[in-house]
Amino acid sequence: MKRDPGLYDYLPYDRRPKIRWRGGAHVAFWLAPNIEFYELDPPLNPTRSAWPRPAPDVLGYSYRDYGNRVGFWRMLETFERCGVRGSVSLNVAVCQHHPEVIEACAARGWEFYSHGTYNTRYLFEMSEAQERELIQDSIDTVRQHTGQKLDGWLAPALTYTERTLDLIAEMGLTYCCDLFHDDQPGPVKTKNGRLASIPYSLEMNDAIAFSINGLSPRAYGDIIKRQFDRLYAEGAESGTVMCIPLHPYLVGQPYRIAAFEEALAYITRHDKVWLATGREIAQHFLAHDYAAFAAAGETAGEAP
Amino acid sequence: MSLPPDYLAYAKRRYGMDHDRYAWSMLPRRKTVRWPGGKLVALLVVPALEWFPLDMKAKPFKPPGALVTAYPDLRHYTLRDYGNRVGIFRVMTALDRFGIRASAAVNAAVAARYPSLVKACVDRGWEVIAHGLDMDHLHVEGLPLAEERRLVEETLAILRRVGGQRIRGWLSPARSESFATLDLVAAAGIDYVCDWVNDDMPYAMQTASRVLHAMPLPNDIEDYTILIQNRHSEDEFTQQVCDQFDLLCREAASQGGRILALALHPWVIGQPYRIGALERALDHIMESGEVWAATAAEILDAFTAQE
Repeated sequence: MKRDPGLYDYLPYDRRPKIRWRGGAHVAFWLAPNIEFYELDPPLNPTRSAWPRPAPDVLGYSYRDYGNRVGFWRMLETFERCGVRGSVSLNVAVCQHHPEVIEACAARGWEFYSHGTYNTRYLFEMSEAQERELIQDSIDTVRQHTGQKLDGWLAPALTYTERTLDLIAEMGLTYCCDLFHDDQPGPVKTKNGRLASIPYSLEMNDAIAFSINGLSPRAYGDIIKRQFDRLYAEGAESGTVMCIPLHPYLVGQPYRIAAFEEALAYITRHDKVWLATGREIAQHFLAHDYAAFAAAGETAGEAP
Repeated sequence: MSLPPDYLAYAKRRYGMDHDRYAWSMLPRRKTVRWPGGKLVALLVVPALEWFPLDMKAKPFKPPGALVTAYPDLRHYTLRDYGNRVGIFRVMTALDRFGIRASAAVNAAVAARYPSLVKACVDRGWEVIAHGLDMDHLHVEGLPLAEERRLVEETLAILRRVGGQRIRGWLSPARSESFATLDLVAAAGIDYVCDWVNDDMPYAMQTASRVLHAMPLPNDIEDYTILIQNRHSEDEFTQQVCDQFDLLCREAASQGGRILALALHPWVIGQPYRIGALERALDHIMESGEVWAATAAEILDAFTAQE
């Protein structure tokens, strides 16, 4: 095991090249709805049980199922009213289980990136061959069902091996959302290819806000606005990224969606905001900033 | 440690669900439902009457509200029992003010121990929903089938005898089921279950013998979730229930009737400083004029008549 992931250089916030977003925007803002399928009785991964209760965990399973049956459709209307697209963090098996959800996103020009096959199949302890098979499955399924080239990766249920980011870069993906070390994109050091880390934010994630931190819907709207205000102000100096990761089964609950919409509308009312997708942010960063950022980093990872 | 070679085999990667209990269905694409009187929202109130035995084993997991300390945990035993002695009567007063008839989810042990409480519910025109034997008899996979069948039958026999009702609804303790629970309760005459939180409207579920329905009862806006688990204030509870209602009302105006289902725990909401939070939410809901307050079985019958 490594003591340092060795995935990025140390590049302090006050000493790095300036990012200039399109149209002089201060913030590249993107929404990352996690469209997921959790299996009722998945195979066991020895590192992690899929459910807190023995299968069938009716409460856990049905709570997540609410997202596809109900919550997604409410969230979709909210996005439309605010004029924003989603970048879908997709368990690609949803293409088979619920193609109507995929069609609704595709029809609105949303991006699809991979969040693994199911949220109940974990990368921990996978062989390299299994991991390659899983990534190829995502590339093929997204291409086949949406016509899109797969560019982004958020590991299913945030499970990894040491080789995950090397493999996705080698297999042609261009960005990952798995690193939480920054508010700007950054280069990821991989064996092959060029991979950008795009800020995704666990702090703004509705699953963390609601299910871990127990925030009320209005308190969630409030932290979204505070996060945005600060990144907007700092972005006048050098462009920042704000992501709101969402789960339709959470934000799409009746008592939550209106408070979220109010916060989202607050953001979209600002003029120096670039309403982007994950892919567009990655493309911009790779084309304009990646090289300068890579050159500016100091070698990190020399643990005492 | 490595994963088995078939870890990435997906036997149930297909259109719809990964099981055969119910069909995949999108709420906004369904036929619209109309409630009696053209009301936008059906109000379903489900107070739970629970008994947590002093010697509870809490296996294979602790149900919400389980006792906490080493034996004998008088502290939590009595606090839960407060709901049955005092709290429920405050809930009754709050509902009586608007003539709202609740559908009480009753542990059979509560009916056996406190038959006058069940009588007080029935006398108000409330419906009794079977809520298992007690909070320490969980329906879980691994429980032998014959044992679980006996549990279902004993639960229903006690509740039918004490309450004098047919008993059409089921809520498993802690919403926990084995793979056989739905087959067993359907065979025993149950028409609807409240365990599943994947929808805001009823939907059909398949069992070995007959079709039953899932009845919405969200876990999210329970008093226990908001006040105990999330530690939100009483005012926030009121706010969130009102927000739930307002959204459902707005949606119902264009998509057809919705259901506001409110699960309550009298040991939580029935405290003197908390009951006002429920009363204020009910004021807001009932003053809208858009509500059909009904029991779960009445809502089910109105729904299935339009299916």
